[in-house]
Amino acid sequence: MALIKSAFSRFRTGLGRTRKGFVFGLRSLLPGRAINDELIRDIERLLIQGDVGVGTTARLIDGIKADHRDGKLSRGEDVLEYLKRELKALWPNDDRELRLAAEGPTVILVTGVNGAGKTTSIAKLCAVLQGRGRSVMLGACDTFRAGAVRQLEVWADRLGVEIVKGQQGGDPAAVAFDACQAAMSRRIDVLILDTAGRLHTQDPLMRQLSKIRSVVARQIEGAPHETLLVLDATAGQNALRQAQQFSDAAEVTGIFLAKLDGTARGGIVIAIKEATSIPVKFVGLGETTDDIEPFDPDAFVEALFAEGD
Amino acid sequence: MFDRLSDGFSGAFRKLSGRGSISEANVREAIDEVRTALLEADVHFDVVNDFCSAVVQDALGREITSSLKPGQEMIGIVHERLVELLGGSPEDGGREPGILHVSPGPTIVMMCGLQGSGKTTTCGKLAAYLKKRGRSVMLCAADLQRPAAVEQLETVAAQVADDAPGSATVSFYCEPDKVAEYGKAIGVAVKVCQHALQRARKDGIDTLILDTAGRLHVNDELMGELSRINRTLSPHQVFLVVDAMTGQDAVNSAKAFHERLEVDGVILTKFDSDTRGGAALSVRTVTGAPIRFIGVGEKMDALEEFYAERMAGRILGMGDVVTLVEKAQEQISEDEALKLQEKMAKGEMSMDDFLAQLRSLRKMGSMKQLLGMLPGVGQALRGADIDEKKFDGIEAMINSMTPAERTSPKRIDNSRRRRIASGAGTRQQQVGQLVKQFDMVSKMSRNMASMSMGDRVRAAKQLSAGGMGGLMPGLEGVPGIRTRGSTKASKGRFKPKRRRK
Ligand SMILES: Nc1nc2c(ncn2[C@@H]2O[C@H](COP(=O)(O)OP(=O)(O)OP(=O)(O)O)[C@@H](O)[C@H]2O)c(=O)[nH]1
Ligand SMILES: Nc1nc2c(ncn2[C@@H]2O[C@H](COP(=O)(O)OP(=O)(O)OP(=O)(O)O)[C@@H](O)[C@H]2O)c(=O)[nH]1
Ligand SMILES: [Mg+2]
Ligand SMILES: [Mg+2]
Repeated sequence: MALIKSAFSRFRTGLGRTRKGFVFGLRSLLPGRAINDELIRDIERLLIQGDVGVGTTARLIDGIKADHRDGKLSRGEDVLEYLKRELKALWPNDDRELRLAAEGPTVILVTGVNGAGKTTSIAKLCAVLQGRGRSVMLGACDTFRAGAVRQLEVWADRLGVEIVKGQQGGDPAAVAFDACQAAMSRRIDVLILDTAGRLHTQDPLMRQLSKIRSVVARQIEGAPHETLLVLDATAGQNALRQAQQFSDAAEVTGIFLAKLDGTARGGIVIAIKEATSIPVKFVGLGETTDDIEPFDPDAFVEALFAEGD
Repeated sequence: MFDRLSDGFSGAFRKLSGRGSISEANVREAIDEVRTALLEADVHFDVVNDFCSAVVQDALGREITSSLKPGQEMIGIVHERLVELLGGSPEDGGREPGILHVSPGPTIVMMCGLQGSGKTTTCGKLAAYLKKRGRSVMLCAADLQRPAAVEQLETVAAQVADDAPGSATVSFYCEPDKVAEYGKAIGVAVKVCQHALQRARKDGIDTLILDTAGRLHVNDELMGELSRINRTLSPHQVFLVVDAMTGQDAVNSAKAFHERLEVDGVILTKFDSDTRGGAALSVRTVTGAPIRFIGVGEKMDALEEFYAERMAGRILGMGDVVTLVEKAQEQISEDEALKLQEKMAKGEMSMDDFLAQLRSLRKMGSMKQLLGMLPGVGQALRGADIDEKKFDGIEAMINSMTPAERTSPKRIDNSRRRRIASGAGTRQQQVGQLVKQFDMVSKMSRNMASMSMGDRVRAAKQLSAGGMGGLMPGLEGVPGIRTRGSTKASKGRFKPKRRRK
C-alpha cells in the first residue's frame, strides 16, 4: 500500500524536529560519556521536554540505573540502545488497522476535545478510504460549534462524498440516526461521524457521546466499529486523562494523533501507551488530506532516535 | 484545573508543617515535590528549575529554618513567587486591565496562535466583552485557508451582535472570494486586513479584531504572512492565543510567535478543562507578556480576566476557593451565609442546615466539579466515581428525620435509625454512617477556624481518606470559606463578584 510505503519517510519528515531534539541532545550527550548522575539528569531533561511525562521518565531512568548496576550498560551509547528497545517494546503487535465491518456499512465515530483536529482528520481518513476503493459518507453530528457543519461540508465537496446533516443546534444523535439510515439505504461502505469538540470533564456532553454511540449501535450491527479519539500532539499530560475518560464514555478503539508536524515531540504517545491499551492508529502531519500516515511504532521510535542529519 | 498541582504542594507542605522547625535539607526535599508537581502540570522543564531555585534561595535567605511555622512560611514564599511569575493581577496596578483603547481609533487587535487554539472563538468573546463596555467592534476574517473559517467567524459575529449584552454595534468584514485551499492564498490576508481597516475607519468603529489562520510557528511562509500583517497594520495589541492543555511545547511556539510579533498579551483558552495548566507559567515566562484573559467555555461570555493570585492560590492547594465563593453567592444569600457560619463556629449546625447547604450546592454544579475546587480534595477525588445518587439518599434520610432529630442527631438511637432507614428506603447502617459523618463534620467545622493552612489541608485529607469525601461540602461549609480563607485570600483581595452567566 502506497500509504505504508511512504510511512517511514513521512515520519522522518514530520518528526524531523522530534528527532533533532532527541538526537542532537542524545548524540552530543551520550558517546564517550560515563553513566553518572549528570548524564542521567540530562536524559531526564530530554524525556520530560518531549512530554514523555514524569512517571514514564522515572520508569525509564530506573531501568537505566538498574541495568547500569548490573553491568549491562556501561557507556553513554548503550543508553540510547536501551531507550530505543524499551520504547519499541511499549507497542507490541497491537491491531492498528482500521476495523472494517465484514458486511454493511462500517461506522467510524470520531471524538476528542475542542480543536484537537477531528474534522480535518476525518477528511484525511475519508481520502485514505477512498484510496482503498471504499465509498464514504460523512455525518455532521457537530450541531453546536459555529460553522462546524459548513467546515465538514467543504471537505465533503472537495472529496466528492455525501454528507448527512441536521439542524444547527439540533440533536446530534438524531443526525447520527439519519446518517446510519442513509448509509444503509445507499449501501455506503464507510460512514464517518464528526462530533462536536467536548472536554472529557463535561459530564452531560460525555453522556451525549454515549447516546450517539448507542443510537448508532441500534441501527447497525457492531457499530460503531471504530471509535477514534483525536488527540492534539501538542497536548501535555492532560491527554492521558482525555484518553482514559473518552474511553470510559465511548469505548475508544483507536487514537488519531493530530498535529505531529509541529515541534511537539510526540512523547505523549509513550505516556498514553503506558496508561491505556488503546492503540495509536494514525498520525496527522499537516492540514491537507495527504497529511496522514498510519502509526508505525518502529518507524516512530527509529525516527525519534535516528542517526544522521 | 490546577488541582493535581495543588495536591503535589499539599503533600510537600504537609511534610514540612508536620515537623515544626526545618532544616535546609527539608526545604530541598519539599522543593523536590514542588518540582515534580510542576512538571506533572506541564510547566516547562527549565521554567520549573528556575522557579525552584528561586524559592529555595528565598526560603533559606529568610532563615525559614528557625521559623516556628515553616510550612506556612514556605507556602507564603511559593505563593509570592508564583504570583510574581504569573505577572500579578490587574488591580496590582502593574498593568491596565482589559483591552487598550486608542484615540483616534480604530484600536487594532490581532489574534495569533497555533491551529485550533481558540482564536476565532476568542474573537467573538472579545467582541462581546467590548460590546458590553459600549465599544463598537468589527471582526475581520483573515483566515482564508481553513475550511469554513470565514463562516465560523461570521456566525460568531452575528451571535454576539444579536445576543450579547450591550448596545454597541458588532460588524463583520470578509472577502469570501479570496478564500482558497491550504497554502494557496498565503499573503492575501494582508490585503483583506487593510481593506477591513479602511472600512472600520469609515464606519467609525472603535476596535477592529483580526482573526488570523492557525499556523505552526515553524512554518516560515505563514509566519511571514503574520509578520506582514503586523508590519502593514501595526496592531495596537497582538494577542497570542494558547490552549491551556498544551504541554512542554508551549515554550517553543510562544517564543517563536513572540520573536516575530512582539506579543502584547496572552489569552489562555480551555481553562474549563481539568488541565493543570502549566502552560500558563511557561508562556508567561518566555514571552514576558501579561496573561490578559482566560477562556472558560465555548460560549461568548466564557471569558474572564486573568488573576495571578487566584491562579497561584489554586496551585498552592487552596483550591479554587474564589470561584466556589462566587458560585455560592449565586445560591446563598449573605444573611444565610453569616448565620450558618456562626452556627458552624459554635458547633450548632443542624441536619436541616446541612440539608439546605447540600441542596444549594447541588444547584451549583456536579458534586465532583465542586469538590474538586476545595483545598486538598482534588487528590482524593481523582478517579473516584462520585455517585450523585448517594446525595439523593442523604436527602431522603434527612427528610425522614423528625425536627428534633435534625437539631440533635445524637438522639438517633437504634429504633429511630430503623424508622429513618425504612422511611428513606435504605439500610440502617447507612443512617448510622450519616450521623457519624455529620458528627465528625460539625466538630471539624468548629475547629477549622483556629487551624493553620497546613492543618486544614491535613484535616481535609484525613476526612477524605476515611471515605468522607462525600460530606466535604458540609465540612468546608462554603459560606464560611471566605472568612476562613487562606493566607492571601483573607486579605480581601479577591472581591467576590457575581459571575456572568
Ligand atoms: N499542523 C496541523 N494542523 C492540523 C492538523 N490537524 C488539524 N489541524 C488544524 O487544526 C485546526 C483544528 O482542526 P479541526 O479539524 O477543526 O479540529 P476539531 O477537533 O474538529 O475542532 P472542533 O470541532 O472545534 O472541536 C484546523 O486549523 C486544522 O487545519 C495536523 O495534523 N497538523
Ligand atoms: N471548552 C472550551 N472550548 C473552547 C474555548 N475556546 C475555544 N474553544 C473551542 O475550541 C475549538 C477551537 O476553537 P476555534 O476558535 O475554532 O480555534 P481557532 O484557533 O480559531 O482554530 P483555527 O482557526 O482552526 O486555527 C472550538 O470547538 C471552540 O468552541 C474555551 O475556553 N473552552
Ligand atoms: Mg470539528
Ligand atoms: Mg479560527
